[in-house]
Amino acid sequence: MDLHYTDEQEAFRQEVRTWMEANVPSAPLPSFDLSREGFEAHRAWERTLSEGQWGMVTWPKRYGGRGLDLIQWLIFEEEYYRAQAPLRVNQNGIFLLGPTLMEYGTDEQKARFLTAMACGDEIWAQAWSEPQAGSDLAAVSSSATRDGDDYLLKGHKIWSSRAVYADWAFGLFRTDPQSERHKGLSLIFFPLDAPGVRVQPIPQIDGETGFAEIFLEDVRVPAFNRLGGEGEGWSICMATAGFERGLMLRSPARFQVAARKLVDLYKAHENEVEPCVQAAVLQSWMDAEAYALSVYATASRLEAGERIGAEASTNKIFWSEMDIAMHRSALSILGARAELLHSAPAAGDVGRWLDGYFFSLAGPIYAGSNEIQRNIIAERMLSLPRA
Amino acid sequence: MDFRFTEEQEMMANVLRELLGDLCQSSDLRRLMESGQARDERRWSGIVDMGLAGALVPESYGGLGLKPVDFVRIAEAAGHACLPEPLVENAGVALPLLAEAAPGNELLAAALEGAATIAVSHPSNAFIADADSAGALLLEREGELHLVNPAQARLERQESVDPFRRLFTVAFEPGSSTRIASAADAAPMLRAAFDRGALFAAAQLIGIAQRSVDLAVAYAGERRQFGKPIGSYQAVKHRLASAQVKIEFAKPVVHAAAASLPQSDLYSAARVSHAKLAAGQAADDAVRAAIQVHGAMGYSWEVDVHFYLKRAIALDSWWGTKAFHRARVGQRVFTGRLGPEHTFAKESQNA
Repeated sequence: MDLHYTDEQEAFRQEVRTWMEANVPSAPLPSFDLSREGFEAHRAWERTLSEGQWGMVTWPKRYGGRGLDLIQWLIFEEEYYRAQAPLRVNQNGIFLLGPTLMEYGTDEQKARFLTAMACGDEIWAQAWSEPQAGSDLAAVSSSATRDGDDYLLKGHKIWSSRAVYADWAFGLFRTDPQSERHKGLSLIFFPLDAPGVRVQPIPQIDGETGFAEIFLEDVRVPAFNRLGGEGEGWSICMATAGFERGLMLRSPARFQVAARKLVDLYKAHENEVEPCVQAAVLQSWMDAEAYALSVYATASRLEAGERIGAEASTNKIFWSEMDIAMHRSALSILGARAELLHSAPAAGDVGRWLDGYFFSLAGPIYAGSNEIQRNIIAERMLSLPRA
Repeated sequence: MDFRFTEEQEMMANVLRELLGDLCQSSDLRRLMESGQARDERRWSGIVDMGLAGALVPESYGGLGLKPVDFVRIAEAAGHACLPEPLVENAGVALPLLAEAAPGNELLAAALEGAATIAVSHPSNAFIADADSAGALLLEREGELHLVNPAQARLERQESVDPFRRLFTVAFEPGSSTRIASAADAAPMLRAAFDRGALFAAAQLIGIAQRSVDLAVAYAGERRQFGKPIGSYQAVKHRLASAQVKIEFAKPVVHAAAASLPQSDLYSAARVSHAKLAAGQAADDAVRAAIQVHGAMGYSWEVDVHFYLKRAIALDSWWGTKAFHRARVGQRVFTGRLGPEHTFAKESQNA
């Protein structure tokens, strides 16, 4: 066990820091879930990242990456969040679909989709859930019917993040009409502006439209848009979900920066808050550190050739619960001002804690609810009997 | 940067796990408890034969010269087995302290051979463990460090709820013949001993937590109600999954604390404190979950879970209370540098 960065890793950190300091926008960008303008501002940021070759540092160079290892990725993320760079509008693409494409895609598919993804030319939405297939994802009924070299997609997807403004979406479709449950499903991509696609934004708790319903009426896509074999969609989708819950979606730096801000907020209001708040603030800092240490341990194992297993589920539970606790503490510290929007004249340093709190409440729900994650831990890690 | 144990580190812990798997079973624990003896000689000599007594003593003094990170899995294994013998306190805390304070002392040689154990007191612990069976006592008085023959001390047994912990209060006459380090010399040694004690207590708590979950999982797979194993019900699954999550996010903290312990600054000390708090919380959650999952059996003397409950209670405030450790984390947080770029930083480094 060696918990020191090498000279090369330190030099890499400096390189990232220098670039971020020169390129991160000085003012926060408008939300990508509220307007086309905000969305396009984030797309422009993705292009800036890509021009600096920072779009997705772990990807091979031929797809716009740098071919770096996971420890370097963690260092990159630390500097990214330290610089308070914009959130990644294309996270469904670069963090979820990208790694899956890399593993299951043909060379032609990789060439077609990965570079466009890495440079922000194509922003992706996910289309997992359906009205009757949420936690029970294997209940999907949307269909893909083969027609020559094409598929005709039909069905109704819901809770599709980024679908309002994104260019493409990926989702599970039943390619075998006789099949049931996990069998007969395929993972298929479709352009969100294709004829027959209708996107209906769904207003969220916070008033933004981060997700949408997608209605598909005989949407024609080439069979080329299917990832992996026909009927292999479920196992590929589980691999994607592993990435989603595992390392990529929520890098620890995000929470360590939030913990630092929480400590600053606490220090500014130390004399106004009840004593138990201090313990909660310290717990949040410790949890953010614990998550970081755990991810470094997992990254080290993955670099040594091991695979991520059910531990991805423990990660998702831990960070989502930590995120809520952190924001709840911040609201306690803000007291009567906690309910103020940051635009209110008396808002002072309320910052974005309320927005963050709302968003944190989604954490235990998306990417497989925490109840489902606990089932996975119980059955696959602890080997408890299935129901 | 490589956050993995080496093969040698894993192998040594595996050898101990196998030994304890043979010699520290439920029936062994119960036999020792009924006998009232301090230790099982066969088990203890197996541990001594592994050379573990001198694990952390420098090679130049006859030890194995290992580092805390080499010993942390050993301490986890001791917790997992609810080991009655003082492996962790003797090898993890007392012997390296004696080697540092009095490297030439003949007792060190005897202790390295396993002919004697050394019991250690510290201002943070109200009692001294295993003093009656020890060959010598390392005692702190007014900052000085004394080495005392148990025959020259008055020991009063303080019965612990943990049937395998032998706690004492001790009275003795400090003098120049007992003093082995002045207050000035002893202070850094006692600080280091304290952090080793807290770290290895945390490691034992990880072992206790995992064993508690393991016992509950085994029981939940066998016990049937409403025609199904109770472990197939979500209410049971989710409680054990939550306990496992706590363990998974305490372990890397304990391991990182072990790796950074030689740094000896506020940042490494705070990581030890974090480790102790996180492992204590994981053990508390896990033992209570195990009792609940075992139902009425969990409240019985017959099932082993109560051994783990009691060890967890004992270690919770041993080598520092939660209040102490939280205050030390607070010092780190409120005076140190925060943020993702400082996860592995030293206190003295420039940002």
